[in-house]
Amino acid sequence: MSPAKKKARIAFFDFTCCEGCQVELTNVGEPTFLGLLEHVEVVEFREVMSEKTRDPIDIALVEGSFTRESDRARLEEIRRRAKIVIAYGACAATAGVNALKNDQTDYAKFVYGADAERPHLASQAAQPISAAIPVDYELHGCPMNRDELVYVLSHLLHGKDPVIPNYPVCVECKMRETVCRYHLGDYCMGMVARAGCGAPCPADGIPCEACRGFVDHPNLEALAKVLVEQGGLSAARAAAVPQMFTAYQRSKAR
Amino acid sequence: MSDMNIFVHHLTRVEGHGNIAVNVTDGRIEKCEWQVPEAPRFFEAMVRGRHYTEVARVTSRICGICAIGHTLASVKATEAALGMRVTPQTKRLRRLLKHAENFDSHVLHVLFLAAPDLVGAPSVFPLVGTHPEVVKAALRLKRFGHEWGATLAGRTTHPTRVVPGGFAALPTEAEIAELAKRIKREVLPDLRAVAEVVVSLAGRFPAFERPTEYMALSCREEYGLYDGIVQTVTPDGVKQRYALEDYRSCTNEYVVPQSTAKYTRNRLSSYMAGALARFNNNYARLHPEAKKLAATLGMRPLTFNPYLNTAAQLIEIVHSVHEGLRLMNEALTRGIRDEAPVKPTRFGEGVSAVEVPRGILFHHYAYDRDGTCQGGDCIIPTNQNHGNIQGDFEKLVPELLGARRSEKELEHALEMLVRAYDPCISCSTHYLTVSFVK
Repeated sequence: MSPAKKKARIAFFDFTCCEGCQVELTNVGEPTFLGLLEHVEVVEFREVMSEKTRDPIDIALVEGSFTRESDRARLEEIRRRAKIVIAYGACAATAGVNALKNDQTDYAKFVYGADAERPHLASQAAQPISAAIPVDYELHGCPMNRDELVYVLSHLLHGKDPVIPNYPVCVECKMRETVCRYHLGDYCMGMVARAGCGAPCPADGIPCEACRGFVDHPNLEALAKVLVEQGGLSAARAAAVPQMFTAYQRSKAR
Repeated sequence: MSDMNIFVHHLTRVEGHGNIAVNVTDGRIEKCEWQVPEAPRFFEAMVRGRHYTEVARVTSRICGICAIGHTLASVKATEAALGMRVTPQTKRLRRLLKHAENFDSHVLHVLFLAAPDLVGAPSVFPLVGTHPEVVKAALRLKRFGHEWGATLAGRTTHPTRVVPGGFAALPTEAEIAELAKRIKREVLPDLRAVAEVVVSLAGRFPAFERPTEYMALSCREEYGLYDGIVQTVTPDGVKQRYALEDYRSCTNEYVVPQSTAKYTRNRLSSYMAGALARFNNNYARLHPEAKKLAATLGMRPLTFNPYLNTAAQLIEIVHSVHEGLRLMNEALTRGIRDEAPVKPTRFGEGVSAVEVPRGILFHHYAYDRDGTCQGGDCIIPTNQNHGNIQGDFEKLVPELLGARRSEKELEHALEMLVRAYDPCISCSTHYLTVSFVK
């Protein structure tokens, strides 16, 4: 994309998710929102607009997980039309909380009872968007960090490559001088969780649950050991806790 | 009479995915359906095996718009199951938080999703050019709603600070004082301005009535948002009340083929939940300023026009601002005390209900002696409205055909009707029979 005067055409699409990342967009506030609209033209965004387009798109932002084979064609169509595809939010980037069901075999029966076999309820393992189509950038987090989205869009509009953090949340806790959860008798997964969120959770009194997924090559054996020995969790909980947002990354089930 | 073939695939300006299908042949209605094809997500199964401290953080992810409501319903059900009695301060701050969510979500729906229909625009984006001052005021109100919620909950999309037993972190008195100051200085003038615009357009809400049953929380202390028991009112004005534990006997979920979400019914063939249902049940407890706006809009209970759910939301925005301001002042008078969340005293099952922006929401969990969740059941307001939307379709379509409206007009009227319910379809997909492991 050239930094020409023409506005970039951006579009938003959603799959299996809570649509909270879209809501985060509406929380950026008036100056940023209107400022962004000076540089981009929103050409499709089902949740907030009725306008639709068949024309090519410069940047497609895709939210939600890939959980149904029937969604593949829609994703391929988005890929075909878009120069850049960004998977935004945990569900799209890493399958997020949706993948919690991947390690269960009876989830459909548990929720749907006798209706579990009905065809319109078909669902497969929750997967990130990249399992269906090539993705250019991944914006992590549950919800995604709206400042990071503005940062990434701004870089792309200037023809620059955005940097997505690949260091642990502990770094950001230290930077904002948050007291370590372990010092307060709690547990935490900040030492293997991908940063970029600004570490709001430990600062708000709860453990980091790695909603942005793990950094590359996390030492999960050490994590389990620390959760038990320093965090005081049972071995069973130490195994369950890291699954919350990273079940897809950990699970062999695809 | 000519044939009609309406199929609105993935209706726009609603949260989640819904379709409208109407086929008319020789003036005869062959099909008239509200369909819900949203991908199921299986939350009730996913909470199994999670520790009680984690459950709300999983079920919050059911919905990005009413994440605060899901979190509050979840911690309340967990507290009921584990015998945790929260402090008066916790209750006050959670009520204040509930108002923040109602305000925030209603601002989004009334001003960004529904308003374009009233001025004949396809979305809010063209209005940036034509009505810049209104859009700017709407954006400021939305941002304030978010900051109000975030001051209490840490953030509004998937709160961090709300935990079973209380709050993991508390707002400072200075932060609450600042919110109160901003309400008086910025929010009330902005709200007055946008309310005037909506009132001036109120004549454009379609005239349509279908008396139905209305369900909402009812509480002696407040306009039933955070607390209460279940109440319904039928068109004859008869009110009936139900204990929270009996939620299944007044929701009566059932399966329909055109939907991945279950439908509900109670005394009539369907019932309505949401702002209009609350208005019809709890009008007497509205703030006087909200009642004043209702009078300006010509609304009083019982109002049977579902399109006016959007107007009822505007009335609730005014209610929440004024009630919010009162609770802020009360919190400042009493001061914010540093309180740790209370601990569990037993284990077992618990049910809760809160009013989220779209209506009454039930959560139900069972825990074992280690505080590990054995299963959950969540009945979401949009689910409860699907049957009522279908009932409205079945009355509205023949009426519009009788009035010789065009296919385009019919389609628009149906789209507007669904939007009026402010459906939150992505969180509405869930099904029945949850067997708790004892």
